[in-house]
Amino acid sequence: MAAEQKFTPQTWPESPEQATLEGKNKFLGFWFFLGGETVLFASLFATYLALKDSVPSDTHAKAADLFELPLVFLMTMLLLTSSLTSVFAMYHMKNYSFKKMQQWLFITVVLGLGFLACEIYEFYHYYHAFEHKFTSSAFGSAFYTLVGFHGGHVVFGLSWIIALMIRNAKRGLNLYNAPKFYLASLYWHFIDVVWVFIFTVVYLMGMVG
Amino acid sequence: MSTIAHAQKRGFTGTIWEYLTTVDHKKIAILYLLAGGFFFIVGGIEAMMIRIQLAVPNNDFVSAGLFNEIITMHGTTMIFLAAMPLLFAFMNAVMPLQIGARDVAFPFVNALGFWLFFFGGVFLNLSWFLGGAPDAGWTSYASLSLASEGHGIDFYALGLQISGFGTLMGGINFLVTIINMRAPGMTYMRMPLFTWTTFVASALILFAFPPLTVGLFMLIFDRMFGSGFFDVAMGGNTIIWEHFFWIFGHPEVYILVLPAFGIFSEIFPTFARKRLFGYSSMVFATVLIGFLGFMVWAHHMFTTGLGPVANAIFAVATMAIAVPTGIKIFNWILTIWGGSIKFTVPMLYAVAFIPSFVMGGVTGVMQAAAPADYQFHDSYFIVAHFHYVIVGGIVLGLLGGAHFYWPLMFGTMLSEKLGKITFVLFLVGFHLTFFIQHFLGLMGMPRRVWTFLEGQGLATGNLISSIGAAFMALGIIVLLVNIVITQKKNIQVGRDPWEDGRTLEWAIPSPVPFYNFKQLPLVRGLDPFWIEKMEGKTDMTPAEPVGDIHMPNNSFVPFVISLGLFVAAFGAMYHADEGKDWAIPVLIIGMLITFGAMLYRSVKDDHGYHIHKEDLLDEAEGGTR
Ligand code: HEM
Ligand SMILES: [Cu+2]
Repeated sequence: MAAEQKFTPQTWPESPEQATLEGKNKFLGFWFFLGGETVLFASLFATYLALKDSVPSDTHAKAADLFELPLVFLMTMLLLTSSLTSVFAMYHMKNYSFKKMQQWLFITVVLGLGFLACEIYEFYHYYHAFEHKFTSSAFGSAFYTLVGFHGGHVVFGLSWIIALMIRNAKRGLNLYNAPKFYLASLYWHFIDVVWVFIFTVVYLMGMVG
Repeated sequence: MSTIAHAQKRGFTGTIWEYLTTVDHKKIAILYLLAGGFFFIVGGIEAMMIRIQLAVPNNDFVSAGLFNEIITMHGTTMIFLAAMPLLFAFMNAVMPLQIGARDVAFPFVNALGFWLFFFGGVFLNLSWFLGGAPDAGWTSYASLSLASEGHGIDFYALGLQISGFGTLMGGINFLVTIINMRAPGMTYMRMPLFTWTTFVASALILFAFPPLTVGLFMLIFDRMFGSGFFDVAMGGNTIIWEHFFWIFGHPEVYILVLPAFGIFSEIFPTFARKRLFGYSSMVFATVLIGFLGFMVWAHHMFTTGLGPVANAIFAVATMAIAVPTGIKIFNWILTIWGGSIKFTVPMLYAVAFIPSFVMGGVTGVMQAAAPADYQFHDSYFIVAHFHYVIVGGIVLGLLGGAHFYWPLMFGTMLSEKLGKITFVLFLVGFHLTFFIQHFLGLMGMPRRVWTFLEGQGLATGNLISSIGAAFMALGIIVLLVNIVITQKKNIQVGRDPWEDGRTLEWAIPSPVPFYNFKQLPLVRGLDPFWIEKMEGKTDMTPAEPVGDIHMPNNSFVPFVISLGLFVAAFGAMYHADEGKDWAIPVLIIGMLITFGAMLYRSVKDDHGYHIHKEDLLDEAEGGTR
C-alpha cells in the first residue's frame, strides 16, 4: 500500500505531511480546527477580562496578590523552549532522520511535563496559600477555567505526542504517519502561542494591577 | 478485500451494522435525514401541544410548569436537532456529488459528527423521562437557568455540548472537502450555489460554535461544579451568557437559512430552465451575509441596557443585512422571469418561499430599529418574525429540498399529487398560524406565556393560530404517507429524473454507486451537466482514465467515542446529588471510553482499501443504468 512504502532520505518528499491527499486534507482541516480553537480561547479570555478581580468580598485574593513573576517566567521558558525543540523534531522529520526526530520529541515531552509540574504546583499554591479556588469567586472560576483549559490542552498534546512516539517507534517514518507527527507539533505550537497570551494578559497585566 | 458485489448482499442485521459503522456520505445523509426527521416530528408534537394550550383563554391542557418545558424543548429540538441535521442530510447527500468528489475529506469524522449529534439529541430528550425537561427557553438565560430546579437545564447544557461538537466537526469536514476535493475544472466560481452556501455556513459553524461551547461549559460548571461565572453573589455576571449565546445564536440563524437559500438557488434554475440570474452577485451576497452575520448579535439584547451607542451601532449593522438578502431575492425573481417554468412540487415551495421569507425579513428590519424593538421585544411579534424566517425560509427549503433530492437519495420519486396536497395544507397552515401572531404581539400578548384571559381581545387570534397549526400537522402527515407509499412501491426512476438537472449530481447513475464517480468528470463551466446536454451529449466528459479507486473502511469507533461522552454526561450531571456515589466513576468510565476509542483510532492503522480497475470495468459490462 502506497502509504507504507519505504523511503530513503533521497526519495523522501519535500513536504511529507502534504504528499498524499489524506495528508493535505488533514493539514487543512487541522488549521481550520485551530481557527475554531482560537475563537474558543478568545471567548475564555474575554470572560476572564470581564471577571478579573471580581470577588464577593475584599477578603478574597486578587490578581495582584497572587501572581509572582519567577515561577511563571520559568513556565514560559519551558514551554517556549519545548516549541523550539518540536521545530527541530520536524526538521529531522522532513530530512527523514527518524531517530533524531524521536530524540527531539522526547525532549519536547520532558519540557512539557516540566511546565505541567510547575502549573500543578502553582494551582496548589494559590489554593492553599490564598484560598483562591474555582468555587470561591467568579474571578477564581474564570482564572482556573482559562488557565486550566490551556493546561488540559498541554495534557492532551503530551499524550498525543507520546502515543505517536510509542506507536511508531519500531517502524520509522512513512507518508501515513508523517502528517500525524506534523499535526501534533502544530498543535504544540498553538498551545505555546496561547500561553504567550496567557502570560501577557493574565500574569503580566495581572501584576501591574 | 471488499469487492463491489460484496457491498450489496446483506440481511437485516447486516444492514443495521452497516449503518452503525458506515463512513459513506450518502448513508450518513440518510442517517441525518432519519434522525432529523424523527426530532422534527417530536418538535412538531410539542408545537401542537403549545397551540392546543393556547387555543382558548384560561386553558389548562398542560400546567404552567410543563408549558415552560414544552416551549423550551420545542425551540431547542427544532433548531439543534431537526433543522441543522436535516440540512446536514442534504449537504452530505448532495454537496460531494455537486463538486465531483468521491467522498468527503474525512469520512470517519463525518460519521463521528453524526453520532455525536445523535447521542447529544437522545441525551437531551431523555430529560422527559428522567425528572423533567429544561424550562428556561431555548436561549436559557443564565438568571433563569441557574434558578431552575431539578436536572432539566443540565440535560440542555450537556446534550447541546455533545451535539455541538458533532456540528463543529461536520463544519470543518465540509470546508476541507470543498477546498480540496473538487473535480478537475470545478473552480470556485463554477461551484453550484448549494455548495457555496454549504461552504459559508460551515465557516460560520467554525466560528460561531466555539462561543456556544464556552458558554455551555460555564453553564455546566456553574450548575454542576460550583463555579460562579453567572452568579452575581460570587462576583459573576449573567450578561456574559447572553453575549455568548447570541454571538453564537445570530450566526446560527444564518447557518440555517443560507443552505436553505442554496437549495432554492438550485430549484429555481432547474424548473425555470434558465441559468441562475446574477450568479456572481449571489456568491457575493452569500459571503457578505456570512460576514455581517457576526456583527449583529446584540440586536437580541437591545433591552438589556447596553446603552444607546451600542444599540445604534447594532441597529445599523442589522439593517445592513437586508441589502445582500434583497440582492438574492431579486436574483431569484429574475431567474424565474422569462423562464419556461415547470410547477413541480419543489418549484412550488421555492415560489412560495419568496413572499413568505420577505415578510420575515421586513419584520426583522422593523425590529432592528432599536427604539421600536422596545415594544416588539418579548412579544408575539417576535414569535411571528422568527417563524416567518425559519418556517417560511428554512422549513420550506427543507420540504422543497426533500422532494427535489429524494430521487438522488433513494432512487424513487415522491408522488407529485400528494406533494401538492402537503404543499397547500402546509403553506395555508403556516400563514394562518403566524400572520395573526404579529397582531397578537402588537396587542400586547407576551411571548412564552402559558395562558391568557377572556376579554383581552386575544381569543380569536389565538384560535385562528391554533387552527392553522392543525393544517400544518395535516400537511406533514400527508408527507409521511407519501413517503411510505413511495418507498413501498419502490419504482426506481433512474438518473436525472427531473429531466432538467443542470449540475453534476444529476449526471451520475441512479442509485448512485458507492464510489460516486467511476471517472472524475471534467467540468467546463457553471452548470456542467447542462453544458454537455446543450452539446447533445448524455454524459460528462471524463477527466481521467478508469483506474483503481481508494475507499475508506467502515468503522464502529465513531459510535463508541460518542457513546463515551453520553455515558460521561450522566456522571457529570448526577455527581452533586445526595447519595449518588456512582456518578463520579460513571463520569470517569465515560471519558475513558471516549479517549480510549480515540487512542485506538490513532494507533491502529486504517489504510482503507482499493476497488480495482478490473472490477469497475466488469461492472460496466454487466450493465449499469
Ligand atoms: C433581514 C434579516 C433579519 C433581521 C433584520 C432580523 C432581525 C431580528 C431582530 C432585531 C431580532 C430581535 C428581536 C427581539 O428579540 O426583540 C430578531 C429575532 C430573531 N430572529 Fe431575526 N432577523 C432577520 C433574519 C432572521 C433569519 C434569517 C432568521 C432565521 C433563519 C432569524 C431568526 C430569528 C430568531 C430565532 C429570533 C428570536 C430569537 C429569540 O429571542 O428567541 N432572523 N431578528
Ligand atoms: Cu439575530
